[in-house]
Formats: sequence, C-alpha cells, structure tokens
Amino acid sequence: MFFDSDLLMSALRALTPILLAALGGAICERAGVFNIGLEGMMLMGCFTAVTTSWFTGSPWLGVLAAALAAAAYSLILAVGTVTLRGDAVVLGVAMNLLAVGLTSFLLRTIFGVQGTFDDPSLAGLPLIGGLSPLAYLSWAAVAVAAVMLSRHVWGLRLRGVGEAPDAAATLGVSPAQYKYAAVLLSGVLCGLAGAQLALGNVTLFTENMTAGRGWIAVVAVMLGRALPLGVLLAALLFGLAEAAGFRLQGLGLPQQATDAAPYVVTLGALFLTTARRRRRVRPSSTGATS
Amino acid sequence: MTPPPADPAVELRGITKRFPGTLANDAVDLTVRRGEIHALMGENGAGKSTLMSILYGMTRADAGSVRVDGREADFASPGDAMAAGLGMVHQSFKLFDSLSVAENVVYAAEPRRFGLVDRAAARRRVRVLAEEHGLAVDPDARVGDLPVGLRQRVEILKLLHRGARTLILDEPTAVLTPAEADTLFAVLKSLAGQGRTVILVTHKLREVLEGSDRVTVLRDGRVVARLVTAETSADEIAAAMTGRAVELDRIHAPGTPGDVVLDVSGLTTDGVREASLTVRAGEIVGIAGVAGNGQSELIEALAGLRPTTGGRVSLLDADITHASATERRLKGLAYVPEDRHAVGTAPAASVAENLAMGHHRTSLSSRGLLAPAGVRAHARQLIDRFGIKASAPEVPASALSGGNLQKLLIGRELAHEAPLLLVEQPTRGVDIGAIQNIHDQLIAYRDAGHAVLLVSAELSEIRGLADRVLVMYEGRITASYDKDEADERTLGLAMAGGTSSGAAVTVEAVDRHEQADVD
Repeated sequence: MFFDSDLLMSALRALTPILLAALGGAICERAGVFNIGLEGMMLMGCFTAVTTSWFTGSPWLGVLAAALAAAAYSLILAVGTVTLRGDAVVLGVAMNLLAVGLTSFLLRTIFGVQGTFDDPSLAGLPLIGGLSPLAYLSWAAVAVAAVMLSRHVWGLRLRGVGEAPDAAATLGVSPAQYKYAAVLLSGVLCGLAGAQLALGNVTLFTENMTAGRGWIAVVAVMLGRALPLGVLLAALLFGLAEAAGFRLQGLGLPQQATDAAPYVVTLGALFLTTARRRRRVRPSSTGATS
Repeated sequence: MTPPPADPAVELRGITKRFPGTLANDAVDLTVRRGEIHALMGENGAGKSTLMSILYGMTRADAGSVRVDGREADFASPGDAMAAGLGMVHQSFKLFDSLSVAENVVYAAEPRRFGLVDRAAARRRVRVLAEEHGLAVDPDARVGDLPVGLRQRVEILKLLHRGARTLILDEPTAVLTPAEADTLFAVLKSLAGQGRTVILVTHKLREVLEGSDRVTVLRDGRVVARLVTAETSADEIAAAMTGRAVELDRIHAPGTPGDVVLDVSGLTTDGVREASLTVRAGEIVGIAGVAGNGQSELIEALAGLRPTTGGRVSLLDADITHASATERRLKGLAYVPEDRHAVGTAPAASVAENLAMGHHRTSLSSRGLLAPAGVRAHARQLIDRFGIKASAPEVPASALSGGNLQKLLIGRELAHEAPLLLVEQPTRGVDIGAIQNIHDQLIAYRDAGHAVLLVSAELSEIRGLADRVLVMYEGRITASYDKDEADERTLGLAMAGGTSSGAAVTVEAVDRHEQADVD
C-alpha cells in the first residue's frame, strides 16, 4: 500500500513547519504586508533553537528563544515596510539571503563546523503520539487565528487596515500598529516553525535547512487565500507531497526527482488557481448575443 | 424670524493657513448654526478643503480659533474631531470593500461580547439607524457590491453610529445621479430637522440652491460672500465664486448637420445591447443616462477598447467594427475618456509629453524617433491655444489642477482635427469658469464641421450642447429627442426607465429617429 498511516504521519510531520509559517504569512497578508521573508525568519528560528537547546540542555528554551529571535529578525521587515515605506519584496528577499549567510557564519564561529551540526546529546522535542507538541500547537493556532481574524475586534480592525489603511486611519485606528503586530506575530510563528524543523522533525542544524519551505508557505498563503482553514488545506497538500516524495525514494526513484515533489506540486497548484481565477473574471461575452 | 440659538454648531474665527507659495486660508470666519444645512462654496483651490481639514483636525492652522458647540477646540487628529461630535464624508469614500455594511459601520466602535464583535448587535444597530434616518441598506451586503449611492449611505451611517452631531460632506453629489442626489438631500433635510448640522462642501450651484439654508463663498482663500439661500440666486453665487459675471446653463444654438460620420447599427458588447445611432458632421449627439447603464461601455467599444460582439460600426463609410484603437484613430477618431487621470493622461509624464501622445504617430516623429523641438513647439502651441495653466511644458501632468488637466486632454484630442470626437464627462470636477471654456471649445469644434458624440452625467450640459439627445437605460438606447424637446423632466423620466406615459413618448421618438436615420 502506498497510502497508509506511516505516510499520513510523515505528512503531518512535514506539514507543521509549513503550516506555522503560512499562518504567519496569512496574518501579514490580511494586514496588507506582503511577507516573503518567511524562509529567512524560519531559518533564524532553526539556528536559535539548536543553539539554545545545546547550551541550556532544554529544547523548550530552544523553542522560546527561536520564537523571540525570529520575531526580532522580523522587525527588519516591519521597520522597513511600515516605518520606512520600503518595498516588501526587496526586503523579504534580502532577509532570506541574509539569514542563510548569517546562520552559516554563526555555525562556523560558535560550533566550529561547516555544513551540519549534530550531536547525540543535542536535546530534541519529546513526541506525543508520534508528533511533536508543536504540531498540536499549530492546529490549535489555526483555530485561534480563524476565530481572531473573522470574529474578534482585533481581527476586524486588522482586516480593515489591510484593505484600506486610509479608511482605518480616519476612524482612529493606526495602520502602523496593526502591521507591526502582524509582522511580529509572523516572526513568532516562523520561529516556532524553525524550532519544529530543527528540534522536532530532526535534531540538528544544517546550512539552509529550510530548503524552500518558507517559499512554499508563501504559496500556501496565496493558495489558501490567506484564510486560516484554506492555509491549512494548502499546507497539508504540500506536506503530503513531501511525504510522498520520501516514499517514492524508498521505491527506488532517484532522490533528486523525489525531492522535487513539493515544488512540482507548488507550481501545479499555482498554475491551476491562477487559471481558475482568470476564467472567473473573464466576462461572459456569449451571454449578450444569445 | 426665530432668534439664533445660543451657541453655533461650528464657529471658525480668523483661520489662516499658508502653504509654500500660497495663502490657502486668509483670516476666514465661518459660523454654522445648529440645525442648518450650510453650503461652503468656491472653485477648486479656493481654500474649502484646507478649511475643512483644519476643522476636522487633519491640518493645523497657522492662526485662528475653532469652536465646536461653543467650546474651544484644537483637534490634533480626526479622532479628536469625531469625539467632539464632528463627522466627515470624504469625497473619495473611506470604506472597506470586502467587509459587510454592518462591519463598516461599527468599525473601531464595535459592539462586543467577550472581545468578539457582536455581529447581531451590529446588524440591529444598522437597521435601527437606517430606519430612523431613511437610509435603507442591507447590513449584510458586501460594501464592494453596492452602487455608489448606497455606499454614501454607509458613510453617513458610520458617522451617525458614532453620534456625530455635525456632518461635513465633501462634494457629496459628484458621483451621484440626479435621483440619488435628491434622495441624499431629503435625508440631509431630515437630519437637520432633528437638530443635526450639515456642512456641504461643493461647487454645484443647483444643489446648493435646492438643499441649503445659508451659503458661504470662498475665493482665493478669503470669504467673499455670506448669503441666505432663499434670498440669493445662482448667478449671484457664481459671480461671487468666479469674481465675474458668468452665464450659467447656456443653451447653445443648434448646429447644421451634414453627412453621416459615425454609423452604428445594432452594436452589442458586454453591457450594451443592440445600440444604433448616427452622428453627422457639424452635430453634437448627447447620450444621457444614469451612470452604469452602458454609456461607458458603448464609448469604449466605439473607441476600440472593448471588443464588439455584434452589430456594425462604420466611420466615414469604412467598416471599423473590429478595428483596433490605433486603426480607428488613423481613420479619423479622437477620444476624451471619462477618467482623465488613469486613462486620459500619464500623470508622471510631462505636460509636453502628454500633449504629444497620439500626435507622436503623425507629426512629431521621423523614422521612429521623437523630434524634441517639435514636441516642445507643439506643447507651447496647445498650451496657448487652450489656455492651459502650466508653469512650464516640462512639469509633470500630475502637477496640474483637475480643470487644467482636462483642458490639456481636450486640447490634445481636439488638435487631431479628427472628423469624429468621442467625449465623456468633459467637465466633471471642473470649475465653472473652465466649464464655460470647454463648452465653447466643443461648440467651435462642431461648428468647424466635426461630429461629436458626448456622454455626460450633467443634464444641463447635455441640454446646453447637444443637438440631439439619446437616453441609455440598461444597456439599450431607449429614447431619442431633438434639442427643443429634451427638457430636464422628460430626460429624467427616460433615464429612470420611463413611466407608463413616458414610455409611449419614448417609443415614438425612437421610431421617428430610426426612420430619419434610414433616410
């Protein structure tokens, strides 16, 4: 059997980091900040989680530190786009590149190794029912985000800010405040995603270990239309693709091909949704003549 | 005469505001009594907007004092002004399109239950306010799906929800149809009747005369007239606004139509059904209709910006049904689009470049290269001829005022001397003085033997200029009138789809003209 419970568990493990990052991206999107720095924030989370866990011996402190460090890192985007009115795409790309360089550099200076740091005594997160506690946290986060965004006063104001900052400002709501909050929150969520990747799925740090998951999260935001439930479904699709990739590898397909699975699914999904959207906006030119 | 109430709703004393290069407000005094509808009038740049943004806490005055309900006020933000009972409906609405009406109304002043927005209470609140003030609108509708008239209601409901006692409306009817404007004024009168105060910022004379109690006129940053509406006239207000006597609502003499230039039969496109019309040389044909009944789509299809799905269009006997916009222009068509900022001009390009656009194909280039000297000379010539006020041909078009930008656009298109001119909303948002100038230009163009197809939301403009008036309703041309039978009542009726008696007239009129067109 190709689809079995092992595949499902593997998919759920792959899902967690993408889901956490994508939730952060969705909140930013709703606040009107296009956040493509998810990848870099996540990578900062990975590195901080491993470092903190190594020096304190506590994976939980690693998780906390990852969240804080990624949130601090996300300030680059918040200050750059909101306060200095810079271009979010340029900033996001720069943050992603900076994170790769910075973590590789720190890996060398702190641990004196290149490429990968792992050690049997590096403490990872405990598993509950085969999954990291952060997996359960991410599902709870979907529910909380869904309620906050659609029903809570804060969510209403955030959505207003994202759609028409001028209009929000005339009613005494500060767009900058909400945008800062959204970006910082995405930093926290990306930090958790990084911790999950480095202390949950495996227990190690490798240069550029996010390997495009942050970009996949950006696509999940688009695919899920920045709705928490939509983002969950999109992230699940990518989780399944990643798990299926591993499985295919076991069946003898070359690794390079199977590693591409999530990205192929990403491209396919993007293509299908844009095609569908375009069909919808095209006017029904035949209706008028009939 | 009732004695004036103790405290005016709004009292501005000696407001002065200087911007680099201009004195926007020069010791302006304005007193608005409680319960009145007070019109603040003036041409663009007269200082109305500056004065209102000072009152509303968006700009600080250099000197002067503000009192609201008798209390000294110094608002640092619109939030402060709102807390003091003021509320403003901006000319470009400040709404959230993807949110519901109820969410828009309660935004930032939400009824809550456990931190969550109490949607049921929000809906109830909208219903109660709507019923109380005659502003019916579905609380669950998405604001983005609503027509402009209803969006404005949402804006007013927003202010009422926040307990505004004084409402400032900036050019509220610029986007409304005559019928919607009438409804708005009925609402404003009832609000005033309940003791609320309305400040109407506008440059439209008709609505001021019909809807206001008193008028303050600004010119060049100074108050030039304080009038009681019942004792004044449109001419007096217009003279105060412009500083000279202005002839309003002139009905120009009819033209002398010659050969058919544009012949449209059964044109169908998205939003237009089987429209047939002809425009002759030396004739202006006006299309009246409530916005959104297919006028824009018809003109876009004729200009080649929208595919024609049925029917036939010919220009000077050449079939252009499926021709591209460029081919149409080369065959003799010029076009003044409705949206002068986004479609008609390139705001970041210079005045000279904007004036060259379209002419670049014919006279201003050789072997694919623009001739800079030619472009400059062309610009200077048009700037002189059409009285465009630009400090230099090199300044970006975005630096021009609305009226001057419109002069630029109309000047550029008229300079093509094309046999057919399509022109949409030629004077929307343009000052009275400039309107007259533009109308004179269009008439002169017609009298030089060109054909003009005019779309306007202003009935007075259609009546003043057009030799023949067509009415569009729900994508069809439903009526056609000669100049002398096109009075405001008849047109208004036809624009609303025609009543039982109106419909009969309408059908006859169409038949008559269809026969005439065949001949």
